[in-house]
Amino acid sequence: MKEKIKKIMEKYPAKVFKNRKEHVLVVNKCEAPQMIMADARTIPGIITERGCTYAGCKGVVVGPLKDTVAITHGPIGCGYYSWLTRRNRARNNEGEGYNFLTYCFSTDMQEKDIIFGGENKLKQAIGEAVEIFKPRSIMICATCPVGLIGDDINAVANWAEKEFDTQVIAFSCEGYKGVSQSAGHHIANNGLFKHVIGTGDEPVGEYSVNILGEYNIGGDGWEIERLLKTVGYHIISIMSGDGSVERLRNAHKAHLNLVQCHRSTNYTAELLRAQYGTDWLKINFLGIESTVQSLRDIAKYFGDRKLIDRTEALIAEELAIIQPEMEKYRKLCQGKTAALFVGGSRANHFQGPFKELGMETVLAGFEFAHRDDYEGREVIPFIKENADNKNIENIVVGPDRERYRLVLSREKYEQLNKEMSLNYFKGMIKIMDDGSIVVDDINHYEIESFMKLLKPDVFGSGIKEKYVIHKMGTLSKQLHSYDYSGPFAGFRGAVIFARDVAMGLTTPAWRLIKPKWKTGPTLEGDFIREVV
Amino acid sequence: MLDHTPKECIERKALVINPAKTCQPLGATYAALGIHRCLPHSHGSQGCQMYFRSHLNRHFREPVEASTSSFTEGAAVFGGGANLKTSIKNIFSIYDPDIIAIHTTCLSETIGDDIPTYIAQAEVPEGKFVIHANTPSYVGSHIVGFSNMVKGMVKYLCNNNGNPNRKINIIPGFVNPGDMREIKRILKAMEIDFTMFPDTSGVLDAPLTGDYTMFPAGGARVEDIVAAGNSGATLALGGFASGDGAFELKKKCKVPAKVLQTPIGINATDELLMAASNFSGREIPAELEEERGQVIDIMADLHQHYHGKRAAIFGDPDILIGLAAFLLELGMIPKYVLTGTPGALFKKEVDRMLQEAGVDGRVISGGDLFTLHQLLKNEPVDLLMGTTYGKYISRAEDIPLVRVGFPVMDRGVHSYLPIVGYRGAMRLVEMISNTLLDRVDRDAPDENMELIM
Repeated sequence: MKEKIKKIMEKYPAKVFKNRKEHVLVVNKCEAPQMIMADARTIPGIITERGCTYAGCKGVVVGPLKDTVAITHGPIGCGYYSWLTRRNRARNNEGEGYNFLTYCFSTDMQEKDIIFGGENKLKQAIGEAVEIFKPRSIMICATCPVGLIGDDINAVANWAEKEFDTQVIAFSCEGYKGVSQSAGHHIANNGLFKHVIGTGDEPVGEYSVNILGEYNIGGDGWEIERLLKTVGYHIISIMSGDGSVERLRNAHKAHLNLVQCHRSTNYTAELLRAQYGTDWLKINFLGIESTVQSLRDIAKYFGDRKLIDRTEALIAEELAIIQPEMEKYRKLCQGKTAALFVGGSRANHFQGPFKELGMETVLAGFEFAHRDDYEGREVIPFIKENADNKNIENIVVGPDRERYRLVLSREKYEQLNKEMSLNYFKGMIKIMDDGSIVVDDINHYEIESFMKLLKPDVFGSGIKEKYVIHKMGTLSKQLHSYDYSGPFAGFRGAVIFARDVAMGLTTPAWRLIKPKWKTGPTLEGDFIREVV
Repeated sequence: MLDHTPKECIERKALVINPAKTCQPLGATYAALGIHRCLPHSHGSQGCQMYFRSHLNRHFREPVEASTSSFTEGAAVFGGGANLKTSIKNIFSIYDPDIIAIHTTCLSETIGDDIPTYIAQAEVPEGKFVIHANTPSYVGSHIVGFSNMVKGMVKYLCNNNGNPNRKINIIPGFVNPGDMREIKRILKAMEIDFTMFPDTSGVLDAPLTGDYTMFPAGGARVEDIVAAGNSGATLALGGFASGDGAFELKKKCKVPAKVLQTPIGINATDELLMAASNFSGREIPAELEEERGQVIDIMADLHQHYHGKRAAIFGDPDILIGLAAFLLELGMIPKYVLTGTPGALFKKEVDRMLQEAGVDGRVISGGDLFTLHQLLKNEPVDLLMGTTYGKYISRAEDIPLVRVGFPVMDRGVHSYLPIVGYRGAMRLVEMISNTLLDRVDRDAPDENMELIM
């Protein structure tokens, strides 16, 4: 396999070859720990699947917060493209009052704003937003030209806060910062941690948790919430699917943080731990086995018999409902293979659901992950600082004098840490079988080449890759947007996922690709004889 | 749905809410895809190209390959020359297109990158082309970007070699591949020799065969665009997306230019046929006259379902001018006509049309959907026509929506089927009347439910 991969890479120009070969590896437990290059610059000219810092900040983390007016400061495009395109569902909950997710707010900068500066237009835009919507908070998200022309959006935010008596938070998430969306996640985490988290003081119930890195695509978050509430947890906030700024203010009061997408929210999880003493647990509600494991781990963390019993009862009940249907779909999918190229967590999270259908993952990779998402958090101290990652602020906090507290005693923590991974994520490579391939920041050429080499039955990715795969006559499932289906999370979601994959693999279209006249003779019998 | 939109209109000078346009580079990317074996290249941050690609993917449900200079902070400060030259080298050696069409972004325009100089310094293999268009995102809209890229094609490629012919150039405007196919079918039926550029048919509506090729069979051939400088005339369909390209060609190669409305509806299609006949000397065949007669037949038979109904239409200027004209031909009332693309010409043109028809309508250029929604709250209409984004207003105000224009991201097949020509008119009548009739059925009490309508 290594030879075959080398052949693919050798077609590159020398410099590209040198760069890209570090981003590919064949899993081999004997060589563990295996190192991969990640979170590195994209090569100019390459048809990359990656987005920008703005997309990570506004598009992913800030955008789903429903009760805030998120103004994109820039020309119209950035705000327009990040408007309703990520399927972050949000309800108008009673008492919450605000849901701005169907709105797009932009300063629509014009040439004169670029030449003379856009601060005045931004100030006026904020004023207009306050007058029309009277929101409790406003977010300003910067686009490329803002940083270049030197608009001071932080100063504007400070001015506006006083002028309008409304909280205004500025995110300097210009697209050219960092190497991918990932820098934007970090900037968004920093902003929310500094200005939102810790500013509320609502009383919280027993067993309170936050869900971090859950974006409620297709209603995933609601399904997770249903399970957690059934067991008896109180959910303070979700960052950020169906999320609200007002709820996030109390996030520091949680007894435990649950991290679904490690890549996009590990910063907040770590900061909450450092400042407030809250432990975090890497959970994964995609797939039956990992849902069971996540529920058990959470119950075990709190160690309350009632929680543990209710967890087991819930698991038994849900499994009994879904198993017959799962069996039906498993029969259709058994023995097929999958290749996954998604985000910074999903290529990891979806290997379980495919395995539960009898499908092996032969290739997996992330678009914007870091080495820790591949290799585990133990590599973080060894990740080299470079020109790109060091210009993203790295917040360091110490224990809050009044609000820092530990939920577990030291002894209890030590004991539990042997049974589950607290404040730790083991990364993707460790769950993959020997011989499977890992590719970081895969690009168009490599997708095409690996499709030919591995011939997977399904390619799980995003919209940009989807139709390429379909043109090859192979199924592609969008694992960002779920092809407008979902939820895929939890037990019930697992069945919907199974149904969708089985449906995709068996839909008759694939068998109709070759016209009959391409597979058999069109001229028959007497007619041929006559012609001859 | 859209619960925070008040009925009371407060004047806004700075805040755009729910835009009805996007930025220039998307239009430039779409135009570039209409050249055979062309790779559109975005000179800016990689997020821009990610957004254009996924947006086009969602509208067409097709692969959209395009590259980017992937600016970092360093490039943003020191200039993107190195990134662009590296890009050109990598693109030709990895993807081997015949031509790269570069567009700029707000980033590269703000720092003032000089693209022609970078291209001159780049390694371009023998027989390959690199063209560019300046498409600052802070000017105009995606329609302006489309127009600028067409102009770029003319500037870099078209050549008058002194051997004129009677070929006709067609610049189709920012329309679907299905529309481009329909225009080509009409011209073929007239036995006219023509070059359409850009032409995304066969690129963004390519068949599924199981054999994927990065550059599908369709698209205008580079050599045909070069030879367009010798043609007898250029027909620019839609002044906003196609006019500048045609005038540029006139300026550069002395090819006479005629700007026509996007051929939506009877009169605009008639005009296209007459202009094509006039320039080529070909007659309008009976086959097309038969189609025309069929549409008139349909319009006479079905008028009771839509005549006198008020419509709000929004989207891109050329499409809207065509639609407004057709709605008037149908006896409907285009009460609101709103485009996000700025420019006084649009308002002037549509106002004139409405005035001539004696219709009291409101025309807005450079507007947004928040404004349209507020207008509808104050004075509702019977039908909304426009892009997918209209579905939220449609639901909030319970006004039926006919999806037309760009983008349509929540329904399929639309990009294959035309709204131009007589067949396009037929399809529009079907969509409009069916939508209105579905509403009648939905709202009818049991005793009023009709079998035959």
